[in-house]
Amino acid sequence: MNLLTRLASSAALAAIMALSPLAAEAADITIAIGSEPSTLDPQVRDDGGERAINDNVYETLMARTPEGELVAGLAAAAPTQVDAKTWEFKLRPDVKFHNGEAFSADDVVYTYNTMSAKDSQARFRAIVDWIETVEKVDAKTVRIHTKTPFPQALEFLAGPMPIYPHKYYAEVGSQGMSNAPVGTGPYKVVEMRPGEQYTLVRNDDYNWGSPKSKAKIANVVIREIPDAQTQVAELMSGGIDVTADMSPDLVTKLGGVPDVAAKMSETLRIFVIGLDAAKRANNPAVNDVRVRQALNYAIDREAIVKNLMAGAARPLSTPCHPLQFGCAEEAAVKYPYDPEKAKSLLREAGFADGLELTMYAEAPAKEAEAIMGYLDAVGVKVKLNRVPYEAYRDATMSGKAPAFLFNWGSYSLADAAASISFFFKGGDDDFAQDKDVIEWLNTGDSVTDPGKRKEAYASAVRRITEQAYWIPLFSGVRGYAWDANLDFTPFADEIPRFYEYSWK
Amino acid sequence: MTGFIIKRLVSAALTILVVSALTFSIAFLAGDPAIAIAGKDSSAADIARVREHYGFDRPVAVQYGEWLGKALTGDFGQSYHYQQSVADMLAARLPITLGLGLAAIVFALAIAVPLGVAAAARPASLVDRMALALSVLGQAMPTFWLALLLVVFFGLNLRWLPISGNTTWKHFIMPTIALGFFALPALLRITRAGTIDALRADYVRTARAKGLGPAKILFRHALRNVMIPLVSISAVQLGALLSGSIVVEQIFALQGIGALSYDATLRADLPIVQAITLIVAVFYVLLTLVADIANAILDPRIRENW
Repeated sequence: MNLLTRLASSAALAAIMALSPLAAEAADITIAIGSEPSTLDPQVRDDGGERAINDNVYETLMARTPEGELVAGLAAAAPTQVDAKTWEFKLRPDVKFHNGEAFSADDVVYTYNTMSAKDSQARFRAIVDWIETVEKVDAKTVRIHTKTPFPQALEFLAGPMPIYPHKYYAEVGSQGMSNAPVGTGPYKVVEMRPGEQYTLVRNDDYNWGSPKSKAKIANVVIREIPDAQTQVAELMSGGIDVTADMSPDLVTKLGGVPDVAAKMSETLRIFVIGLDAAKRANNPAVNDVRVRQALNYAIDREAIVKNLMAGAARPLSTPCHPLQFGCAEEAAVKYPYDPEKAKSLLREAGFADGLELTMYAEAPAKEAEAIMGYLDAVGVKVKLNRVPYEAYRDATMSGKAPAFLFNWGSYSLADAAASISFFFKGGDDDFAQDKDVIEWLNTGDSVTDPGKRKEAYASAVRRITEQAYWIPLFSGVRGYAWDANLDFTPFADEIPRFYEYSWK
Repeated sequence: MTGFIIKRLVSAALTILVVSALTFSIAFLAGDPAIAIAGKDSSAADIARVREHYGFDRPVAVQYGEWLGKALTGDFGQSYHYQQSVADMLAARLPITLGLGLAAIVFALAIAVPLGVAAAARPASLVDRMALALSVLGQAMPTFWLALLLVVFFGLNLRWLPISGNTTWKHFIMPTIALGFFALPALLRITRAGTIDALRADYVRTARAKGLGPAKILFRHALRNVMIPLVSISAVQLGALLSGSIVVEQIFALQGIGALSYDATLRADLPIVQAITLIVAVFYVLLTLVADIANAILDPRIRENW
């Protein structure tokens, strides 16, 4: 009985409190994230949970607008190229870090030299390895020397390489930075309870002409809620205003809820099946180009996108995302859905009675099973091992996987090199080891003329698709849901730009 | 009694050691921890770098010895994923799980004991049937399902309770009910069965013959015998709740060690997995020890056997 009375009295209290959030909504916003930021030192890690905070707090030399245009960020203008391996940047005056330190050449030099040092904490070497050294010319000018000519430099500098306040970082280190982040961005972190919630306030000194706009909403609370169903309940009860972790099913259901807006939005991520043409798994079937082409013909990408991904993704024909620079769709050899052609190619290759194929997958179950069904229809019995990422990666690296279904996010970089050059330029992650492709990519990654780069990547795309080293499937999608009174647009780079949000 | 406790503590220490060695080696059997730590989107070279940095290429026994040596001095190291002190992280999160587990067992007992006794007092009555229904329901209904029902009913429809988070005590009401319901059936059945057995015993017949009232018989004589299995089962259930709170913590966004151990296992964050395994093992062992001692206090027959 006692419990009941306590419940009832707390209910009365809660009923009154339930009325108040509406009033507070006008000034503040609460955002749910599904995964906990591991550290707020962006060189160490910058994935989903981290990015929700990092992109609003830290800033980069170059920046990408929501429309995808590459513009100067902390740099005053686009850099000049001194020679093939040297870029000179003039820096913006009057920029201040959240702790009051003035931004200058020393910060840029310190940040990049620290990140690219051999024993640095940078998690993905691909992001920093191209830097040879960074040199201060004067207080507002720096020169970045690259190891080889590196035309994608500006794209990288707009990516996960924000500038640290050098004195502060040198003093507090990576852990200190994570506990009390200091950047130049439109929001400052004022309170954090790791695993629970982070409170950001608008940076009112944000007047130096950044390509990002000054924040419209003054206070942002970011709450970690791992369960998607709980996020929906919170959204419907007004506990949160935005979430980016909805499945296509949930988005469809939320579409009919009043005062809630929901949308699937395409991302830069791509889903592909890699085929082991380099004979690591020693599977004669996938070593035969006709079989690889047959597999490409056998899958109805359009139907999967329409039925399983709410039509928000795009079917892929390229080993990169067509939104990326140099990812030439017109150069790709297309494999429209044609099960008869697939069967005849398999017959030609000597597999008239069908074949067995072991496939490792870390993709969502529905998509993997749909693909299995299509392959089965042309006589390819897939032995599907749907395993966690770690086991998947272990299987591919140790040569146990003739076919492997996976997805790739390109570190959110809008350059085809972030996908094609990662997987086809030789090395351990290259399961084609095609000499010509390697050479084209070496050219594409080092010539500065955009026209010549495009040409090189187009050649690579043509050969990769002609040889069917991969089965490109479709782009990724992300499900958003938000309070319908919020002015909110999801972007393909998945970057949550809180400073763009406003209440209607 | 001291001899007994010492014997129990030694065997407990050995149990804990074996458990910790097993978890450590299982983490390596499951695959290369370097892959999990380097994370998605890492290149083969990034993974190799991590492997070298943490020394995963050395024999597992050497790595375990190194971990154990430090752990014995109270140094649980740094999380691979969070780059933070494991001891600090656990200190922040353990109270949430412990508090939740205790609240849940109290909730379960508060319902199970009165209801079990009432049901036993009148077998096959309406109360008894209700108790049976509740126990079947509690057994059959998955925790996550009950949790979601609570969220929809109290959080969305009635708006009485906050849905997720851990800032006020109100945030703990739904998780407590969801988790407590999981422990309820076992406690309810043991109370009912124990009471029925006791009521049939000779000494109860004697007490009745002496003219004692039914209330006195039930609470003074019968219930005291039920306490012994109840204490043992409660201790085991509390241990189960500590590990069973993974799902509940996930749904209600409570940052306890349940949610942390789940994530840490997926990420092969060995220092955290090891520390949590150790803590849970210690709790289990201590709880059963405490239960044994409590039973000895309750029952002189057990004491004499020591």
